[in-house]
Amino acid sequence: MAPTHVWVKRNLFPSLSSGLLTLVLAGVIIVLVKAIFNWAVTDATISGTTRAACDAGGACWTFIKVRFDLFFYGRYPSPERWRVDLALALVVGTTAATLIAPPRWQGWLALILLGFVPAVAGILLVGGLFGLAYIATNLWGGLMLNVLLTAVAGGGGFILGVFLALGRRSKYPVIRLFSMLFIELWRGVPLLTVLFMAMLLVPLFMPNGATIDNLLRAMLALTLFTAAYMAEIVRGGLQAIPRGQAEAATALGLRPWAIQCFIVLPQALRLVIPGLVNTVIDLFKDTTLVSIVGLFDLLAVITQAQKDQVWLGMAREGYAFAVVVFFLCCFGMSLFSRRLEHRLNRHLRY
Amino acid sequence: MNFGFAFLSQRTGFDIPFHVVPWSTADSYGRALWVCLLNTLLAAAIGIVLGSLLGFLLGVMRLSANWLARSLSLAIIEIVRNTPQLLQIIFWYVVMIQALPPPRNGLALPGGMILSVRGLNMPSIEMGTAGLWPFLLLVASLCLVPVFRGLRRRRRVFGWAAPLLPAIALVVVLLSVDHLDYPTLRGFNYVGGVVVPPELIALVAGLSLYMSAFVAEIVRASLQGIAKGQREAASSLGLSGAQALFLVILPQALRVMIPQLTNQYLNLTKSTSLGAAIAYPELVQIYAGTVLNQTGRALETMFLVMIIFLGINLAISGFMAWYNARVAIVER
Repeated sequence: MAPTHVWVKRNLFPSLSSGLLTLVLAGVIIVLVKAIFNWAVTDATISGTTRAACDAGGACWTFIKVRFDLFFYGRYPSPERWRVDLALALVVGTTAATLIAPPRWQGWLALILLGFVPAVAGILLVGGLFGLAYIATNLWGGLMLNVLLTAVAGGGGFILGVFLALGRRSKYPVIRLFSMLFIELWRGVPLLTVLFMAMLLVPLFMPNGATIDNLLRAMLALTLFTAAYMAEIVRGGLQAIPRGQAEAATALGLRPWAIQCFIVLPQALRLVIPGLVNTVIDLFKDTTLVSIVGLFDLLAVITQAQKDQVWLGMAREGYAFAVVVFFLCCFGMSLFSRRLEHRLNRHLRY
Repeated sequence: MNFGFAFLSQRTGFDIPFHVVPWSTADSYGRALWVCLLNTLLAAAIGIVLGSLLGFLLGVMRLSANWLARSLSLAIIEIVRNTPQLLQIIFWYVVMIQALPPPRNGLALPGGMILSVRGLNMPSIEMGTAGLWPFLLLVASLCLVPVFRGLRRRRRVFGWAAPLLPAIALVVVLLSVDHLDYPTLRGFNYVGGVVVPPELIALVAGLSLYMSAFVAEIVRASLQGIAKGQREAASSLGLSGAQALFLVILPQALRVMIPQLTNQYLNLTKSTSLGAAIAYPELVQIYAGTVLNQTGRALETMFLVMIIFLGINLAISGFMAWYNARVAIVER
């Protein structure tokens, strides 16, 4: 480690022009950080529970404090919120366990994650069984909705995406063409139009009187959209597996489905896990779009909360809070993905 | 349920607050499609240009020898990449509306531009009697430049026109300008000039900043991918740092960058649909909103919107594929 003054000389003032740049940037950063710090910390208010407590001129975090539960659970009834926490812990716990467990456990954990966990989490959230009270989906909202949509569309999109990727490499032209059209169609249109389509067109094609829940429609749209993106990532992984692997498996007498399931896919998926995690991060950010088609996710709840007569003009606080929450979640996921990539490639290093 | 596009010729009766081409409430739904398609393309075009420039700047900063520049760029990239794009667009819109002054004391910017809560008022160019013809001449002469350059390289007649023709056209444009129409305050708003509405500014800011974070990473990775010997060779030839970057490194890095940039351009174009959240009159806002509600033609309007986005995206990827083939390494 070089002494401090050497580091400063080398990294901040290597030349005259670079030194000037350092001074200008430092000035701008100091002014900005100071203004933000004053607003968010020095002049901010967090005490009290009413608007009247906010008279320091800075940020009014009291607004966030009062609405905190609303932002996380929407209008999900208070006494039942432990169910949401439990479902979240279950999903996050098994996902993390599947990704970091030793390879021989991973297959079983993946089966539990994709088969058993969604059923348990679904029963916990919806209720109506085993003595749990039924909670209608129009009461769901807040960050919980973003997480839920990400989990459903991520899981469903992954399964569908694997099939589409295999379909795109199928030797049957009809399957190949169908997969290709499906993928290109979803990737060519904005997610927002897909959501609009799900909200506006699905009711038109339903028989009279039958309705599908709004949340379910959004889930379906997000799943199909995500599947198209995941399919292309999985296809990239499949392409990277040498043909010799499948040929060797054929020589050993394995059936075609067994070759895909036990030889090709496990190797391909391991290669593309970072790409899949990136898609999940994008998906998590994109779940905010459901606020435009009338679901109350975190963004929508915040927008609505600041229209409350008592708390008018709390836009900055609300959106700053949303920025922090989304940043922590997404940055956390991307750090996790980077470490995972590091760990998975261990066998490639010497 | 009947499917048909006869409604396109009907009168709309609604106003589109921002339009590049003339629009009145008496116009048809077909014309509304054209008007908001242009609005979409305008937002996408400005977003792509600004986002590419900003992304290039951030990407080069990431590789700077200056620690502060490097870290600042990293911080901006990570914050922008890890927050939802919709949140950013709404954030810019709300913050801008809250922070900008009313028209009465709008901020005067250089060049006669005025920034207020109503948007950015810019002086417009009044062409007098000649109309738009000089501009068409300029565009046409710019399009012909490659042809004349080819003639010049082969020492044929009219080769001289390569630099001269656009210059002549530019002079014609400048001569036929009648006057500049400056925005002036009258009553509660500005008259004269052209207005860029706050919705467009917020949308473009959100789109281009978001894209620039991704472009920056692409630029950084491609610049790093160029062999170190290239830079060393350039500096041993006596080229300066900037010369080495623009004449040696970048042309080679461009080949790696183009397919990834294409993806980003397609994403940005699709994301213009988020303008619907802040009421910028683009395709989704007008067609999946107003037109659908007025006519009840859900199937047709969604079909049109999706087909148009597919068409734009195919056109962009087609153009980028052509450009990619043009700059690709020719191996003999």
